[in-house]
Amino acid sequence: MVASMATWDIARFGSEVFRPSPRQADLMIVAGTLTKKMAPMVKRIYEQMPEPKWVIAYGACACSGGIFKTYSVVQGVDQILPVDFYVPGCPPKPEALLAALVKLQKKIEKESLADRKDLRIQSHLEREEESHG
Amino acid sequence: MVENNLAVKKLREKFSVSILEVKTFRDETTVLVAKKDILGICQFLSSDPDLQFNLLTDLCGVDFLPEKPRFEIVYHLCSLKNNQRLRIKTRVEENETMPSVESIWKVANWYEREVYDLFGIVFENHPDLRRILLWDGYQGHPLRKDYPTEGPDFDKPFVPEV
Amino acid sequence: MTINMGPQHPATHGVLRVVLELDGEVIVKATPHIGHLHRGIEKLAESRTYHQSIPFTDRLDYTNAMGNNLAYVLAVEKLLGIEVPKRAQYLRVMMAELQRIAAHLIWLGTHVLDIGATTPIFYTFREREDILRIFEEVAGGRLTPTYLRIGGVAKDLPEGIDKAIQSFTKMFPDRVKEYETLLTQNVIWMKRTKEVGVISKEDAINWGVTGPTLRGSGVKYDVRKAFPYSSYEEFDFEIPIGSVGDVYDRYIVRLREMEWSNSIVRQAMERLPKGPILADDPRVVLPPKERVLQDIDALIRHFKIVSEGFRPPKGEVYASVEASKGELGFYIVSDGSNKPYRFRIRTPSFANLSALPKMIEGSLIADVISTIGSIDIVLGEIDR
Repeated sequence: MVASMATWDIARFGSEVFRPSPRQADLMIVAGTLTKKMAPMVKRIYEQMPEPKWVIAYGACACSGGIFKTYSVVQGVDQILPVDFYVPGCPPKPEALLAALVKLQKKIEKESLADRKDLRIQSHLEREEESHG
Repeated sequence: MVENNLAVKKLREKFSVSILEVKTFRDETTVLVAKKDILGICQFLSSDPDLQFNLLTDLCGVDFLPEKPRFEIVYHLCSLKNNQRLRIKTRVEENETMPSVESIWKVANWYEREVYDLFGIVFENHPDLRRILLWDGYQGHPLRKDYPTEGPDFDKPFVPEV
Repeated sequence: MTINMGPQHPATHGVLRVVLELDGEVIVKATPHIGHLHRGIEKLAESRTYHQSIPFTDRLDYTNAMGNNLAYVLAVEKLLGIEVPKRAQYLRVMMAELQRIAAHLIWLGTHVLDIGATTPIFYTFREREDILRIFEEVAGGRLTPTYLRIGGVAKDLPEGIDKAIQSFTKMFPDRVKEYETLLTQNVIWMKRTKEVGVISKEDAINWGVTGPTLRGSGVKYDVRKAFPYSSYEEFDFEIPIGSVGDVYDRYIVRLREMEWSNSIVRQAMERLPKGPILADDPRVVLPPKERVLQDIDALIRHFKIVSEGFRPPKGEVYASVEASKGELGFYIVSDGSNKPYRFRIRTPSFANLSALPKMIEGSLIADVISTIGSIDIVLGEIDR
């Protein structure tokens, strides 16, 4: 939230628009602890996003469960979704989020279809390999 | 010193049989009462014009495995008129039910749901007793002492049902 | 018709799900569903020593981290029966009040953003940046400072920070006037907040509501005045209260509270006594780092406290503070070992949110957003 405010203005990187609807989003930032109660909804939102889509795991809890090794916390978003960038910290500074966004933009410029982590592309590529190989 | 406390004095007058123990620790008064009279005692404490304990600050449970009775329900009361706090405790055994105080303080609705969720204690006459912090199909009551902190299946990968 | 204001929603301030049953646009029944951020902190703290649980308290209500630290540390100090030096008490008050201002600034920015005004949030976050910069200088962290320790505070104030704090307290009242000119007499604001989300005095007390939500309904209950802690009785401040109990009253109460908090910070800065910042209790308090690196007994003491912790006497305590959302209390049961037996957190937003159905049944959908914003909930605190 504070990354979009005046001091760290995220709009100068072209990321001004935070859309509440997953159907219009390219990037999902999972910030905060992911609990087992919330996990099915996060997965549903991810599947509602149209491709191409990327995921940033923001914060120690989203990366790996953080300090909460308990009965109700998923130990990292990557247990249920493919993650492109991990931003560690508790909480990470806004500059870290901006760094992750800039790196993501650079990665998108250079990546090929095989580097992409969205699941449908992966399974499509696997099927192609099987039919070719 | 404890007998100077007006609430304790009045409770002893009216419910002398149910008062099991009165303790003072660090200027806080704790009264342990019998389970069968808890509703009457709470009603008295909240409606008596001198005491007026009208704010139920907290309602929680404590698990004293392996003692019997196993659970303890703790009520923290506050009187806004007299600026006074009081703690009422009562013991309940594992498969027994507890009377609900939701008719006296509405906030007990959510507190008792939380105790049911995390400890497994059922409250009688509660309008809507179901889990509040964990999801509906969850097995087990996490805050009990025989439940592991990481959960029973911490070594298996987590698969959400979408 | 039943609609679901889902857990992923821009205006529910976290992962809150409210199921609304409607008749046209009027709400017939509202059911909040919580627990999407339940991390099991109470269970986790039972397997950590008392010192190790201090970072958990930062993450409860992450907008009021210093206040949470204060509540926990007060509870443990009450259990142990140790006395905190005056300088540490004043520093705690100063940090807690600065944190209260920061929390109310977040509330103001996000609440008006939900209702539709997009400008004030930039102003409030600009002020909050100043406070967070002060926290970073003093404690090392912006959002999770973990500044307080059992027996005092972690470090003394660094050089030059008093100028930053004084300049903040000097310019802040003018900023509050800026927010007031934007909102208080604004016709649209008044139309959207007056007579919305009303809860009466008796209902508020019965539903366990505390904090500015209770004071907006006209009840003069503030833990700082009713059960004073950490030298609050030596400061001069008033408790603002409302009359009707609607969203507008709570807005006015919080604005006035910000001004009074600013005054308390100024008083604390002016009258800050000199002295030690940690209590003189060797079982509980870590020795200073210079001694640890030179004396063997300080090294052994440091090791024992960090690895094993201390053993408080058997008993139970309840200590509470006036957090920015209401009464935050810790109920700790100790069985004499180095880990708490029961670590219960009484959070204000839990009880405040349980009163939500009472406040919005019979009103329109658009009022739900204003009411949820005015109760000022933080899901980290509700779900723990």
